[in-house]
Amino acid sequence: MAIVETRDVLKMFGDVKAVDGVNLATNEGEFLVLLGPSGCGKTTLLRMIAGLEQPSSGDIVIGGQVVTALPPRARKIAMVFQSYALYPHMTVAKNIAFPLKAQGMAREEQGKRIEKSASMLGIGHLLHRKPRELSGGERQRVALARALVREPAVFLLDEPLSNLDAKLRTSARDELQQFQRQVATTTIYVTHDQVEAMGLGHRIAVMDAGRVRQLGTPQEVYHNPADTFVATFLGSPPMNLIETPEYSLGFRPENFLPREVYGKGDALLSLPCRVTRLEYLGSDRLVYAVTEGKLGGHRVISKLPSNISVFMQPGERHEFALPEKEFKFFDPHTGLRAAPRAL
Amino acid sequence: MAAEGTAKGRAGRAGSYGIIALFTIFSAFPFYWMLITTFKSTPDLLKRGNNPFLLNEPPTLEHLKVLFHDTLFGQWIWNTLFVGVLVVAITLLLAVPAGYALARVMGRTGEHLGIGIFLTYLVPPTLLFIPMSRIIGDLGLQDSLWSLVLVYPSFTIPFSTWLLMGFFKAIPKDLEEAAMIDGLSRFGAFVKVVIPISVAGILTTVIFTLTLVMQEFVYAITFITAVRNMTVSVGVPTFLVHGDVYFWGSLMAGCFISSVPVALLYNFFVDRFVTGFTMGAVKG
Ligand SMILES: Nc1ncnc2c1ncn2[C@@H]1O[C@H](COP(=O)(O)OP(=O)(O)O)[C@@H](O)[C@H]1O
Ligand SMILES: [Mg+2]
Repeated sequence: MAIVETRDVLKMFGDVKAVDGVNLATNEGEFLVLLGPSGCGKTTLLRMIAGLEQPSSGDIVIGGQVVTALPPRARKIAMVFQSYALYPHMTVAKNIAFPLKAQGMAREEQGKRIEKSASMLGIGHLLHRKPRELSGGERQRVALARALVREPAVFLLDEPLSNLDAKLRTSARDELQQFQRQVATTTIYVTHDQVEAMGLGHRIAVMDAGRVRQLGTPQEVYHNPADTFVATFLGSPPMNLIETPEYSLGFRPENFLPREVYGKGDALLSLPCRVTRLEYLGSDRLVYAVTEGKLGGHRVISKLPSNISVFMQPGERHEFALPEKEFKFFDPHTGLRAAPRAL
Repeated sequence: MAAEGTAKGRAGRAGSYGIIALFTIFSAFPFYWMLITTFKSTPDLLKRGNNPFLLNEPPTLEHLKVLFHDTLFGQWIWNTLFVGVLVVAITLLLAVPAGYALARVMGRTGEHLGIGIFLTYLVPPTLLFIPMSRIIGDLGLQDSLWSLVLVYPSFTIPFSTWLLMGFFKAIPKDLEEAAMIDGLSRFGAFVKVVIPISVAGILTTVIFTLTLVMQEFVYAITFITAVRNMTVSVGVPTFLVHGDVYFWGSLMAGCFISSVPVALLYNFFVDRFVTGFTMGAVKG
C-alpha cells in the first residue's frame, strides 16, 4: 500500500496543455476516481503516474519516494488498460504469470499466486484459453487478475468497464468495488461516467481542461460543488443555473418541486414557471420549464419522483418552489462558489 | 441463415470450389511443367506431334545426371544456401530493430523515413552494380561469395525494414506498455511481447529475403566468375544454355529442385501468415 501524490504536474503535447498543474494526494488504501469529460487529461495524468509518460514539469511521488525519473517497472504499480492489453500469444495462465516471471519468482510460488488471484476473480476455468477465446467481461477479469497477482502498491485503472455492455457493467462495477475494498490497495480509477464515479470512489477528483476542479467525497462534489463546472457536470439532469449579472444561483432539479409539495414551515423561494415539455422516466418525471416573473426567462428542470402525482401539461403555468437551504451561489464571472446572499 | 441445404447454397459452394480449383491449377502448373520436363527424354521433348502435357515415352534420369555430374549444381545449391542464410541473418539483425524504431520510437518522422528507405529498394541493381563493384574491388572480395553476402543486404534490408514497420505498427502500443508495467524494460517488452506477436512478419521477411537471394542475377554474374563460386541463378543458365541450345530437361530439373524448398517453407507456415495474430488482444 502506498500514497500517490502528484506535485504541480504539467504535461504539454506540443501546444496542447493536456494536464495543467495538478496537485493530488490519495489516502492510504483509497479508491480515488478521476472524473471528467473526454479529452480533459485523465488518461494522460494516469499514464504519468504509471511512468508511461514523462511530465513536462512537476513530480510524481509514490509511497514517499519521488519516482518521476523511474521507469514503470520500478514503481510497484499495476495498470488495467481500457483495451485490457492481454498478450494475444499467451494463455490466460501465462498472461497472469507474466509479471511474476518478469520478477523471476520461483515456479511453485507463481502457481500459488495465479491460483489465488484467478479464484478471487472466478476465472479458474479459463486458464488454458487464449485471450481471443474470451468474452469482454472475462477479458476484463483476466486483466484485473494480472494486475492483482503481483500485489502492487497501487492499482491504476483506465476506464476498465467502458468496453462492457450496460448490464454487465453494473455487475462488474459491483465486483470491482468489493474487490478493491477486500485487497485495500490504493486505487486510481479513470472514468467519464459519473454514475461509476459516484458509486465506486471514496473520493472523486473532477477534472476539466487539464485541471482538477474539485476533490471530495461523492457527497461533497454533488451537494457542495466548488464551481459551476462541477455543478453542471454532475447530476442527471444537471444542476439548474439562473445567471444574473450579480450572481449565479444553482439548485438541483430534485429540490425544485411544485409549490404544493412543500409544507408551510419551510423557507421557500417561489418561482412561477411555464411548462414546456414533460418526460416520463419510469421512476421519475422530468418537467422542462421556463421561469417567469422576477427571475424570469431561464430554462429550468424539475425532477419529480413518481409518487408526486401533481397534474401538469405543456403550455400550462405552474407555481414551483425550492427550499432556501438548497441555494448554491456562484460568482458570475469566475464561476467559483460564492457565499450565500440575499436574492 | 443456414444456406447448406438450399439449392442456392449448393451452387454458391460449387462456385467457390470452382474458383479455388482454378487458382490451384494456375499456381501448381509451373511445378508440374518443371517436374514432367525433368523426366522427359530429349526426343519426346522435341517431337512436335507429342502431347506436351504428358510423358509420351518412358521417363529418363538423363537430365538429372547431366545436372549433377556435368555441372557443379550441388556446389551452386550449397553456395546459394550459404549466401541465403547469412543474408537472412544480417537482414533480420538490422531490419527488425530498424522497423521497430521507425514504427514506434520516431512517430511521424519515422513514417516518412520508412518511405524514404523503401525508395532506396527501387534503385535498380543495373545502376548500382557500378559503384558496388568498385567497393567490392577495394575490399578484395572479387569472385568471393562474401561479395554477395555484403551486397544483397543493400536491397533486402530496405524492403524488410519497410515490411516489418507495417507489422509492428499493427501491434497495439498498449501491449508493450502493459509489459513495461508488468516489469520489463522497453527492450524486454520488445523481445518478449512484440517479437513473438510478429512471428508472421518475421517469417515473411525470411522467405522474401531467401527468394530474392535465389533469383538475383545481376550482382551474382558481375561479382562471381569462378564456376565453383556461382549461385544457382547464375550457374544454371550459364551452363545449361549453350548459344541457342537449351538443355530443357536439366534446366527444369535445376529450377524445380531450387524452388521446391521455398514453396514448402511457405506452405509450412501459411497458417501463421493468415492467422490474425493480434485478434483478441484489445477490445471485444
Ligand atoms: N500522445 C499524444 N500526443 C498529442 N496529444 C495528446 C496525446 N495524448 C493525449 N493528447 C491530448 O491531450 C488531451 C488529453 O487527452 P487524454 O488524457 O487522453 O484525455 P481523457 O483521457 O481525459 O479523455 C487531449 O486533448 C488529447 O488530444
Ligand atoms: Mg482517456
